Amino acid sequence: MAQHQVNYASTAGLPVALTSVDKLVNWGRSNSLWPLTYGLACCAIEMMASGAARFDFDRFGTIFRASPRQADVMILAGTLSKKHAEFTRRLYDQMPEPKWVISMGSCANTGGMFNTYATVQGVDRIVPVDIYLPGCAPRPETLQYALMMLQKKIRRESANMNKNTKQRLV
Amino acid sequence: MRKYTPKDNVQGKAYYTDRFWVAPRVPRTSVEEDSHFADIVSALKKYAKDSYVEVGQLIVHIKPTDNISALSILKEKCGYTQCSELSAVDYLAQDGEFEIFYQMLNVTEAARVRVVCRLKQGEAIESIVPLFKMANFAEREMFDMFGIVANNHPYLKRILMPEDWSGHPLLKTYPLQGDEAASWYEVDKIFGKEYRDIIGSENRDPAKIDRYDTKRFSRVGYEVQFDADISGGEKENPIEYSKTIMANYQKPSKKLKERR
Repeated sequence: MAQHQVNYASTAGLPVALTSVDKLVNWGRSNSLWPLTYGLACCAIEMMASGAARFDFDRFGTIFRASPRQADVMILAGTLSKKHAEFTRRLYDQMPEPKWVISMGSCANTGGMFNTYATVQGVDRIVPVDIYLPGCAPRPETLQYALMMLQKKIRRESANMNKNTKQRLV
Repeated sequence: MRKYTPKDNVQGKAYYTDRFWVAPRVPRTSVEEDSHFADIVSALKKYAKDSYVEVGQLIVHIKPTDNISALSILKEKCGYTQCSELSAVDYLAQDGEFEIFYQMLNVTEAARVRVVCRLKQGEAIESIVPLFKMANFAEREMFDMFGIVANNHPYLKRILMPEDWSGHPLLKTYPLQGDEAASWYEVDKIFGKEYRDIIGSENRDPAKIDRYDTKRFSRVGYEVQFDADISGGEKENPIEYSKTIMANYQKPSKKLKERR
């Protein structure tokens, strides 16, 4: 029995306590992801459907918030025009850390079929994206899956956001 | 025997042309005497340079300087109380001028008249906002999309594009995928010009795949760790685009003429 005894103060030390804090914090963060009520185009209809009774985002602790100050996920649902890009970035900046971004649909991912002068060719030019969600428009199940993937990602991350190697735009 | 035609590169050029093909156009008839439209043409008097009927609608050509007086006659004397549409067409390459049209509607007669005028580039037209309030937004859109200024407009500024946008997108010379300023617009606005290098230029190829980018792509059956280096010392080969498909319509070239 004695051979399995670990002296925490001398060998591994504090990390045991820290990982459990990480787990606790990430458990809290991943199970109460509050997205911003922010629809850009037709993908927003699917996003609304995901939030409503049939697909029910509330099961994941995901409740849409009407203010960026209370939100920690931004779902960019739809075509982002160049005129609007400024305001999207402003809303993103207004969200408190930690924050995550889901790019929903072809238009948000790459500009989609709008290969024109007025459309942002991929929202990752404006904000750092965590999950790219393909589809035109993605079904609510797909958005649910994306959210579950984001939860997985958060649970893998460190609770200290400075440690996470995330590609930040500016 | 049939004449031999070379089959190589048949997709590159049109191998069949109909010598007798005529571009379809809407049939044009002259204005019938003693009709409702004939009264309008006589009411417009000297303002009507040319008039004919197309698809049951009277089309009247006027001088661009006469637009207020011609439209006020239509509104006050002929009962055309509504202006349902107003815009311009870019004929700069063909004729060096814009065509401005005013689509007028008479509700009691259920008749429509299109008043058309030709405007040289750089010239301004008089605003018809005093006659029709709808012209407020329509003339702003015309200014935004074509750069045609409406004189004495109460609030002439861009309506669709952002105010600091450069260029007028509905001009035929404006590239569909935007000019230099348009392609950097959101980067310049949000981060500033000095961040252009960090963010990089737009990817206009929706099917672009970087085979060494293991962050975003993985070969099916040969999956590797996220962000693993699989280049094996190979240099990156930039994608080559076909010169014929990605044609630059800004530059007049012989090849383009053949394709047309």
